[in-house]
Amino acid sequence: MARAITTRKKVTFGIIGWGIGFLIFFPILWTFLTSFKTEGTAIATPPQFLFFDWTLENYHEVQSRSDYMKHVTNSVVISVGSTLIGLALAIPAAWAMAFSPTKRTKDVLMWMLSTKMMPPVGVLVPLYLIFRDWGLLDTRLGLVAILTMINLPIIVWMLYTYFKEIPGEILEAARMDGASLMKEIVYVLTPMAVPGIASTMLLNIILAWNEAFWTLNLSAANAAPLTAFIASYSSPEGLFWAKLSAASTMAIAPILIMGWFSQKQLVRGLTFGAVK
Amino acid sequence: MGSITLEKVSKSFGTTSVIPEIDLEINDGEFVVFVGPSGCGKSTLLRMIAGLEDLSGGRIIIDGKDMSSEAPAKRGLSMVFQSYALYPHMSVYGNIAFPLKMDGQDKAAIDKKVKDAAHILNLTNYLDRRPGQLSGGQRQRVAIGRAIVRQPKAFLFDEPLSNLDAALRGNMRLEISDLHHQLATTMIYVTHDQIEAMTMADKIVVLNAGRIEQVGSPLELYRNPRNVFVAGFIGSPRMNLVEGQEASKQNAVTLGVRPEHIRISKTEGAWKGVVGVTEHLGSDTFIHVQADGIGKITVRTDGDFATDHGQTVYLTPEAARLHRFDANGHAI
Amino acid sequence: MATLQTRATARLMMSPAVILLFLWMIVPLVMTLYFSFLRYNLLMPGTEEFIGFLNYKYFLTDPSFFTALGNTLMLVGGTLLITVIGGILLALVLDQPFWGQGIVRLLVIAPFFVMPTVSALVWKNMLMHPVNGLFAWIARSFGFQPIDWFAEVPLLSIILIVAWQWLPFATLILLTALQSLDGEQIEAAEMDGAGSLSRFFYLVLPHMSRAITVVILIQTIFLLSVFAEILVTTNGGPGIQTTNITYLIYSLALLQFDVGGASAGGIVAVILANIVAFFLIRLIGKNLER
Repeated sequence: MARAITTRKKVTFGIIGWGIGFLIFFPILWTFLTSFKTEGTAIATPPQFLFFDWTLENYHEVQSRSDYMKHVTNSVVISVGSTLIGLALAIPAAWAMAFSPTKRTKDVLMWMLSTKMMPPVGVLVPLYLIFRDWGLLDTRLGLVAILTMINLPIIVWMLYTYFKEIPGEILEAARMDGASLMKEIVYVLTPMAVPGIASTMLLNIILAWNEAFWTLNLSAANAAPLTAFIASYSSPEGLFWAKLSAASTMAIAPILIMGWFSQKQLVRGLTFGAVK
Repeated sequence: MGSITLEKVSKSFGTTSVIPEIDLEINDGEFVVFVGPSGCGKSTLLRMIAGLEDLSGGRIIIDGKDMSSEAPAKRGLSMVFQSYALYPHMSVYGNIAFPLKMDGQDKAAIDKKVKDAAHILNLTNYLDRRPGQLSGGQRQRVAIGRAIVRQPKAFLFDEPLSNLDAALRGNMRLEISDLHHQLATTMIYVTHDQIEAMTMADKIVVLNAGRIEQVGSPLELYRNPRNVFVAGFIGSPRMNLVEGQEASKQNAVTLGVRPEHIRISKTEGAWKGVVGVTEHLGSDTFIHVQADGIGKITVRTDGDFATDHGQTVYLTPEAARLHRFDANGHAI
Repeated sequence: MATLQTRATARLMMSPAVILLFLWMIVPLVMTLYFSFLRYNLLMPGTEEFIGFLNYKYFLTDPSFFTALGNTLMLVGGTLLITVIGGILLALVLDQPFWGQGIVRLLVIAPFFVMPTVSALVWKNMLMHPVNGLFAWIARSFGFQPIDWFAEVPLLSIILIVAWQWLPFATLILLTALQSLDGEQIEAAEMDGAGSLSRFFYLVLPHMSRAITVVILIQTIFLLSVFAEILVTTNGGPGIQTTNITYLIYSLALLQFDVGGASAGGIVAVILANIVAFFLIRLIGKNLER
């Protein structure tokens, strides 16, 4: 739609837009800046914005904490692991629901969604006890299992909406062209579904990375991912702002970048296709 | 060789019967068009021949062999889809080569066949492009290319031209007819457009609500429609269907007369009427007349015939070209 | 598409996901229900016995339940109010063409990707700290007395943090809805002489109403379960001023080890969430049919 927009209007909205954007982003920016300060500068009054002695010391120190790398590894293992297992379960299911729907397909989808509506505290007690009895407390395996189940409905839904957009006629064409079911999936469906699968994967890694109910409640020292590691800075004596900032920056930077890349697909995933 | 026989073929979804029972004989090399209004079951019938839908009853025999429950790929048929169904992630070359690759042919043979097909279809310069970079007509040709490289026993076309604009549709009609002459392979073509049916078919099958209304060559259907439905469906503008007194005079319940078989005069004739809308096509003129005691009648006359809105005219149907139908709509 | 063979394969491929999800949903829920009728405390093993609805009675008549319910409603309602109104305004701004629009969009959605523990700690320490925090400095520079956020207005502080996290979500979804508005419709309204305010109220807002409903419902589901933000900032305090239902049940279960009581609370939470879920599911289900 080509519409005439006056320069003045453009400038006005530019100023408003950038102003709001800056304000909303500011806490993140502030964390980023603080991570390069010394602990002294970090709590200085008046606050130091740009003109201070930049230092990488906090990063060194956080990384040299013996357990830091363990938490990073835990976060990666838990978020990627649960996403991959979720995809392995969801791709066949979504394929079946999108391309061979029955009268009950819709009910199954809605039911899957409803499991997502269950508040975690509703099942906290039994899961805690099951984990305790099975020796899964504070293990990566346990957290991977939990997060897989939590995100499975979202994965199925997102894949379903993507698969739905692949016209059935193309798969029929492949069938007419002599492709077996295997070849149909390998040569035709998968290449066409790759963008959808990729963005589903990205969103679910993000969600799992930031999950902070089960990870806080079911992990302690060994399997704790970064969410729980950062939470340990909340103790009253832990007023190490610069180090907190450095640890936080490292914990959110990779996910923030992934999130920016997947922002177009985000809406679909988060609203279960209700808004596209 | 590609003769196809349908024996008592039927289809129902749950308890709804879509196609009650159909018998049809398609000879080798014939160009057969299934035509009918949307929802008449023509696409379902085609998909059953292709093997994309199960039969609820009956048999489909291709070249003397019962193929009723064979997988689509085993039937030796090619299909061109309404949406073209090209593989968007493959080049034009990849698209055309796909069925050959699935067949396990060697690279050199595939290459030759793809290039031959591309040559026939004027696609040689586009082989490296993706379907998304092609125009509608080119995509259509790629879909046809993918169909012909398999050298199938028969081609199935599912409303292949409905996504093209009018001018291109005319061209593609000619190209497909041309192709049929070159290859002399059986073709089954589904459309809701009676013009496509008339211009391309050797044999037209008119379907309505899952039943075959009439089978015949275009001119047979035009000259001797077996019932009111076929009479109204074949021919453009539609045949005028008159009921009441005028029909009774001819011992019929419904009287049919094509617009081109009515003489119009400003001075005298059998039916008197008032001119409504006049459509000038240049070569022809269609005049919509409100005839006294009869109803709306469309008349086709030469391009130079001039009338004004509201003018009184007289119409005379050609007695030899009247179609008479009984109470059940059957031709008498 | 639909032949018998493909249908059988389809059923087979769906079963792992369906069976696992079914177990995941039904087993713990049945266990919670069972525990909720027991006297069961991990600190007193061996004393388990069936006590009927007593746990429910204790949970629902406990004054802290009403405080927690009130806090939960305030938290959900306050956050929704800020994010929905803020989201609509932000979406309207971001829908206008201006230089660097794409970058601003990225800045605005960024908080959504920050893990809850990080955002809670950053806000608590670096922004809302009564002495060294940035807000305190700003207040002092204008000659005001700085607010001790978590002591004076603890619930509001948490609402602000949570709203900051969810504002991007609302904005993004409302913006998407806004961009799907037919430009010709707006032009037609302009031709009909509608001013920009009446265009907003008669065209834009009704068009966005579905998206707004989706935002409210989905956020409610998640906001009912806010936990990490409370845990790392206030631990539910001072007193129980920031304890919501989720945190209350957590403290019953994992701090007081009262399995029976926590389970009864869990069932209550499930029922509350289901009331919201009922409407959300219907809305999404309707969309599926189109």
